[in-house]
Amino acid sequence: MLISVEVMLNAAGLAFIAAGAKWQQPDGQVMFLFILAMAAAEVSIGLALVLQIYHQHKTLDVDRLTALKDEPLSGAE
Amino acid sequence: MDLLFYISTFVAVAATVLAITRYHPVHALLYLVVSFLAVALIFLSLGTPFIAVMEVIVYAGAIIVLFIFVVMMLNLGKDTAQQEKHWLRPKVWVGPTLLILVLLFEMIVLIAGTPNPTMNISMVDPHQVSLSLFGKYIIALELVGFLLMAGIVGAAHIGKQKKKSLHRFLKDAQT
Repeated sequence: MLISVEVMLNAAGLAFIAAGAKWQQPDGQVMFLFILAMAAAEVSIGLALVLQIYHQHKTLDVDRLTALKDEPLSGAE
Repeated sequence: MDLLFYISTFVAVAATVLAITRYHPVHALLYLVVSFLAVALIFLSLGTPFIAVMEVIVYAGAIIVLFIFVVMMLNLGKDTAQQEKHWLRPKVWVGPTLLILVLLFEMIVLIAGTPNPTMNISMVDPHQVSLSLFGKYIIALELVGFLLMAGIVGAAHIGKQKKKSLHRFLKDAQT
C-alpha cells in the first residue's frame, strides 16, 4: 500500500516537473520539492504505524485489524 | 537525446508495473528503486538536474532505505535468514538488474557523449527555483517545515514501544 502511495506521489511530481518544463516556470520544481518533503513525512509516519500494528497484533493483514479499540474481541483474532 | 528519454520512460513504466504487481515487498522494492532511478533520468532529460539529484537522494536513498529497514525489521522470526535467502534468489534480482543495466548504459552514453542531455528545452535553473521558493512560496516553505517537524514527532511517538496496548483511562476504568 505504502509503495503504491510512493508511486502515485512520484507520478504527481513528474507531472509537476513536466508542466514546469513546458511553461518555463520554476513553480513546478517548487511543487516537486514540497511533494518530496510531504512524501518523506508520510512514509515515516506510515512505517511507524506499520511497526506499531505489527507489534500489537502480530499480523499485517488489514482484514484482521477489525477493532478500533484495543479490546480482545472474539472475532478479531 | 529523445531516444534516451523514451528508453528511460519505458524502463520507468515497466519497473513500476512490475513493482506494483509483485507479491513480496522486497521484490517490489527492488523494482521501485529502478523506477525511481528511471524517473530521475526522465527529470534529467526534462532539464531539471537538481530535481533529478533530489529524486535519487531522497526517494531512492532515504525512502527506500526506510522501507527496506522496516521490511527487514518485521521479519524477526527464527526462519528469517532462510526466508530472505529464498526471497533473493537469482531469478528475482535478474529483472531489476537488466533494467538498471539499461539505465547504466544511458548514463554512460550521457557522460561520454554529448554534453546536452535535455531535449532542446531551455532549462529552469535552480537559481530561479530558489528565488521563487524563498520569495513567493515562503509561507508554503514554512508550512512544509511544520509538516516535517510534525512527521518527526509523530513517528517518534507512534513508533515508541508500548507494552500495554490499553489507554490509561480505560485501564483505570477496568481495574
